[in-house]
Amino acid sequence: MNQRNPTISKGVDWSLVWIWFILCAIGVTSIFAASYHEGENVIQGFISLKTDYSRQLLFFVIAGIIGTFILLTDSKFFTATANLGYAFGIFLLLLVFPFHSRVKGTESIIRFGSAFQLQPADLCKLFVNLALAKYLSRVETNFTRPRSQLIAAAIALTPAMLSIMQKETGLSLVYFSFFLVMFREGLPPSVLVIGFSFAVLVVATLLLEPNTLAIILTAIALLAIYILRRQIKRSRSILFLIVGIWFVCVGVQRFVVPFAFDHVFKPYQVKRIYDAIGKDYVPKDRATEAALESEQKGKKKDNNYNVKQSKIAIGSGGLIGKGLLKGTQTRYDFVPEQKTDFIFCTIGEGFGFVGSIIFLGIYILLLMRIVSVAERQRSVFSRCYAYGVASVLFFHIVINVCMTVGLAPVIGIPLPFISYGGTSLLTFSVMLFILVRLDADRQMVLR
Amino acid sequence: MSVFNQSRSNIIRLIFAGMFLIIAAQLFHLQIISKKYKQQAQENALFRKSIYPSRGIIYDRKGRAILNNTILYDLMVTPAQVKNIDTAYLCQLVGIDTAEFRSRVLDAKAKNGPFRPTIFEDLLPPEMYARLEENIWRFPGFNLQERPIRVYPYNAAAHIMGYVGEVDSAILRRSNNYYQLGDYVGRSGLEQYYERQLMGQRGIEFWLKDNKNRLVRKYGNKDLDTPAIAGKNLHTYMDIELQQLAERLLAGKTGAIVALEPSTGGILAMASGPNYDPNSLTGPDKQTNYAHLALDVAGPMLNRAIKGQYPAGSTYKPIGALIGLDEGVITPASGISCLGNYYGCNRPVKCDEHWAGHAANLRLAIANSCNSFFCNTFRLTIDNPEYHSVRKGLTRWKEYVNAFGLGHRLGVDLPSEDGGNIPDTTAYDKDYNRSWNSCTMVTMGIGQDKMNVTPLQMANAMCIVANKGYYYTPHFVKDIEGAAEEDTVLNRYHIKHEPVTHISNDVFEVVHSGMQDVIEAGTGRSARIPGITMCGKTGTAENKRVVDRRVLKLRNHSWFVCFAPRVNPKIAVAVVVENGGYGATWAAPIGSFIVEKYLNDTLRNERLADVNRIAGQNLMPKFLVRVQFLTDSTRAADWTRQTGDSSRVLKYLDRANRAFLLDTSEGSKNPLMQNIRKMPGYKPLLPRTAPAAPASGQRPDSSRRTSLAKDTQAVRRKTDTGVPRHPAPPISQPTDQKGDSTQP
Repeated sequence: MNQRNPTISKGVDWSLVWIWFILCAIGVTSIFAASYHEGENVIQGFISLKTDYSRQLLFFVIAGIIGTFILLTDSKFFTATANLGYAFGIFLLLLVFPFHSRVKGTESIIRFGSAFQLQPADLCKLFVNLALAKYLSRVETNFTRPRSQLIAAAIALTPAMLSIMQKETGLSLVYFSFFLVMFREGLPPSVLVIGFSFAVLVVATLLLEPNTLAIILTAIALLAIYILRRQIKRSRSILFLIVGIWFVCVGVQRFVVPFAFDHVFKPYQVKRIYDAIGKDYVPKDRATEAALESEQKGKKKDNNYNVKQSKIAIGSGGLIGKGLLKGTQTRYDFVPEQKTDFIFCTIGEGFGFVGSIIFLGIYILLLMRIVSVAERQRSVFSRCYAYGVASVLFFHIVINVCMTVGLAPVIGIPLPFISYGGTSLLTFSVMLFILVRLDADRQMVLR
Repeated sequence: MSVFNQSRSNIIRLIFAGMFLIIAAQLFHLQIISKKYKQQAQENALFRKSIYPSRGIIYDRKGRAILNNTILYDLMVTPAQVKNIDTAYLCQLVGIDTAEFRSRVLDAKAKNGPFRPTIFEDLLPPEMYARLEENIWRFPGFNLQERPIRVYPYNAAAHIMGYVGEVDSAILRRSNNYYQLGDYVGRSGLEQYYERQLMGQRGIEFWLKDNKNRLVRKYGNKDLDTPAIAGKNLHTYMDIELQQLAERLLAGKTGAIVALEPSTGGILAMASGPNYDPNSLTGPDKQTNYAHLALDVAGPMLNRAIKGQYPAGSTYKPIGALIGLDEGVITPASGISCLGNYYGCNRPVKCDEHWAGHAANLRLAIANSCNSFFCNTFRLTIDNPEYHSVRKGLTRWKEYVNAFGLGHRLGVDLPSEDGGNIPDTTAYDKDYNRSWNSCTMVTMGIGQDKMNVTPLQMANAMCIVANKGYYYTPHFVKDIEGAAEEDTVLNRYHIKHEPVTHISNDVFEVVHSGMQDVIEAGTGRSARIPGITMCGKTGTAENKRVVDRRVLKLRNHSWFVCFAPRVNPKIAVAVVVENGGYGATWAAPIGSFIVEKYLNDTLRNERLADVNRIAGQNLMPKFLVRVQFLTDSTRAADWTRQTGDSSRVLKYLDRANRAFLLDTSEGSKNPLMQNIRKMPGYKPLLPRTAPAAPASGQRPDSSRRTSLAKDTQAVRRKTDTGVPRHPAPPISQPTDQKGDSTQP
C-alpha cells in the first residue's frame, strides 16, 4: 500500500493505464507522421497548438488529467448517476434535431461557436454502457426472461435509432456491439449465430449470382437433411425446420436484400457496401443514378478511391515498412482522411507487416486484459461495464482496420486512442479510466 | 452458472482473437504476398523526370559557333497560388489586357489543374524578362522558368543548319517511343541529319510527387538517376564569312551557290535564295513565322542547292568534252566550222558566237562555249560506231554522266537531297514511241533537253574535273567531338570515289586549259581575279514554267561553275541564278567573289562596289507575284467555301486590291496604281532602301524581297532581335482601308 497517495493507487490496474499511455503516444506520433511537412520546426509545431499533432497532444494531456480526476472519484458515483447520464445522453441526441450544424454531411453535430463542437451520437455510448450495466446488475432483473432481454436491447438500440435519424449509420452500428455484453450475461447464443449468419447471407447475396447462391443454399439444405436423416426419421419437425430455414434464406437473398437496397438504403450507402467488397455498383435506374451523383457532388473522391489508396499505402509497407516519415503514400496525401479514419495506413506503410502486427497485438492485449479484469469483478455492474468497454473498443478497432484493409465498408468510425479528434480520444479515455476506477474497488459490491 | 459464464467469456475471447487473425491474414496478403501494391505505390508517388541535355554546338572551320544554345525564360503560372496580385501591373509588363489575363489563367487551370505550373507566356523577349525578373516577387503564383533554345549567332546558313521542332506522331512511331510527346528534334538540315549526335542522351531523375501531381523532392540519393549526357559538338568545313557573303550575293534572287573543297569534299558554303532568318524559327513567334514561310510560293525554306533541279546549260560542256575525248570521238585538235547555228539536224541549234574559227579546236570551243561543237560532240558520242546502235550509245553516255555524279543522289549529309535527272532510253521510248535518234536529243549536248542537275552536283562535278578523276562525297561535318562512333557516321565521307580515273591526265589538262581560257579570254572574263589561275565555265540555260495553265518561256538561268587554282585546286564553286540571263552577267561575278573571298580571305576594295551592286539587285521572277496571288486567293476562297466566312476572300475580289496585290511596283502601267503612287501618304508595301553597308552579320536581304503578297510580308519585316509578340503597326496602305470598308 502506498502511504502517500493511498486513495488513487490502491487497487489500480496499472497495466491498463500503461497500455492506454502507449496507444495515445502512438496516436500522436502517427498524426505527426501524417501531417508533418518537411522544413517545419518540430518543437514549434508541437508547442504552437496550430498543428493537428500538437492539438492531439493537448487532448492527450487533458485526457490524462480527467483520468486522474476519475481515479479520485468514488465508484458509487457511477452507479448512482448511470440512469441520469443515460437520460442526459438521450436528451443531447434529441437536442441535435433542432440545433444541428447546417453543413451538409454533419447533421449529427452541435456547434458551440466556431471552435468547439459536440457529436452526441459519439459521446452517448459511454452513457449507454453505464445504463446497460446498471440495468443488468439490478437485483430484480432476471436476464433469462425475454422481457428483460428486450428492455436491454431497447436501452442499447434507442441511441442507435436516433443516430440513424441523424444520418450517422456508422456510429449507430457501434451500439450493436452491446449484444456481446448481453451474450455474456445470458443472451441465447442463437441470437448471435442468427445475426452472424444473416450478415454472411447478405454479403454472399452481393458477391454471388442469385441463381448460384440459390443452388448453394439448396445443396447445404440437402446435405443437412442427409446428415440428419436419422434424427429426421425420429422427428419430422427437424425436416420442417431445415426446409423453413432454406425457404427463409432463399427469400432473403432473392427478395429482401434487393428490396432493401432499392428502397430502404440510400444509393450512396449501397455504393459503399459494394465498394467494400470490391464490386462496381451499377445504379438500377436514372433516378437512383442522379441521387447517387448529387450525393457524391460535395466530395472530391469517392470511397472506392479511399480504399484503393489505403490498400496501396498499407501494401507498399512490405515486411518492415519504410520507416517513420518515409512513407510516400501517406506523406503526400494520397490517402484521404488519413489523420482520422485512415490513420492505420500511416502505421501500415511506415512500419510494415511487423509493425502492424505489433500494433494490433497491443490492442488485443488491451482487450484480453479488459476481459480478464471483467471476470475478476465481484459486482455485476463492473463486469457488465467492463465487457461494454471491451465490446465498443473491439467494434471500433475491427471495423476501422477492416475498412482500411478493404474488408469492411467505409463507415466513418475512428480508431480508438489513435485517430485525430478530441471527442473520440476523451470519450474512450474516460470509459477506460472509469473501468480502472471500478476495478480498483472490485472488492466492493456495487449496485 | 459460473462455468457457463466462464465458457461465455472464453467464447468472447475467441471472437476477439478470431477477428484479429482475419485482419492479420489480410495484412499478410497485402503486405507480404501481393506485389501489386508496391508497384502501384511507386506509380502513385514516383515521377520519372526527363533531364534534357544541351544540344551539340556546330562550329565552322575556324572554330566559330554558327549554331549555339542560349536560354530564354518562360513565365509560369500556378493558378491556385495566384492571390491578391496587382493584375493590372502584370498585364502591363506582359503587354496583355486583364480579360486576356483571366482567360490565360483559366486555360492554365483547365490544362494542368490549379496546382501545377503551366506556361503563361513563353519565350520572353530579353527586355520583358528583365522587367519581370525585377518584379516577380510581387506576383505570387508566377515564376520564371529557364528554357534552352537554339540560336544562330551569324544569322546565316538557315537551310544547312535546319531547325528543331516538336516531335510528331510519325517520328514517335519510328523512334520506338524513344522520344516523348513534347520533345524537340531536328526537323531539317544538319539538326535533323545529325540528330543522334547533337541530342546527346536524356537523363532520368526520380522525383516524389504528391496527390496533386506536384513534384515534392528528389527521391533517394541519386543512385537510381541517369545523368544527362550533353550532345556532341560538330566541326564543319564551312567558312561562315564565306557563307554570309554567298547569302548576301543571293539576296533578292532565286538560286543557289555551292562551294566545295575538292581535296576533301568538304562543303565550304552552301546558300540558297530566297532565304529566311534562322532565328525566326526559334523565338517566341516561330509558329507564325513558320506558317508565313511555308505559305510563300517563292519557297524560302527550299534548299535549292540540293533540291533545285536546273538544266545544266553550257556548264555541262567540259564534261561532254571529257566524255568525247575519252571515247575517242574527238581529239583536242578537233574543230567545227560554226557561223552561229548548228545545222546537223533538221532544226538548227543557235550558237551565240558568229565569227569564223571560234570553234577551231576543243580549247577554243570551250572558251567560246560553242553550241555547234558540243552538239556535234554529243551526237558523235552516242552515235559511236563502236556500239552499233544509238541506244547502246546513249546508255554508255549515261554511264559516263552518272560517273560524274550527275543524275543520282550524292549522299550529302543533309536530309532530302534530290538526284536530278539524266534521261535513259526508256524516257525517249515513251515520248517518241521508240523512234528517236541522236538528233532528237541533240540539245542534251549543251545541257538542255531532259537533263536536270542540282547545283551541288555541278559543284561536285567540278571537283572531279579539278581532281582529274576522283571525288569525295560532299559533306559538311569534318569531325564529331568526342565521338567513338566517328567510324560509323562519317566513314562514308572518307572514301575516295574514283569513277573516271581511266580518263588520262592529258585529256583533263586540255579541258582545264579550255576552262582557263573561259576566264581569261572567253565568256567568263567578268570572273577573272588577278593572281589566281581559275578554270571555269559559264552557262545560260533555257527554261520554261507553267503559269496560269500557259507555258511561259522565262528568262534564262544564269550558271557558273569553276575551280581554282588550276594546279592543286582549293575550291570548286557552282552558282545558279534563276532567270538571271547570261551566265557571265550574274553567276560568273558571284562565283569569282566566292573564290576570291575564300582564297585571299578578303575581297579587293574595288570589288566591294560590285558586291553591293549584285547584292542589291532584285531578280525575283515576276510571275511569283501572280502565283502568290493565285495561291492566296484560292486558299481564301476555299476558306470561304468551307466556313462561309467571306472576310478573307474579299480583298482579292476588290478591284483596287487586286491591282495592288498583283503590282510588281516596278513601273506598273495600271492607271489606278499610278494614281495611288502619287498619293501623298503612299509608302511602298515593302521598304525598298538600299542595302546597308556590308557589315558582317547583317543580312541585307531580309527586307529586300519583292513578293508583295500581304500574307507573307510579316516574316520579311521581322528583324533579328525583334519584338515579335508586339509587331509594329502595319504600314498604312490606302487600299487596305478601302478593303476594310467593303467588309460587312
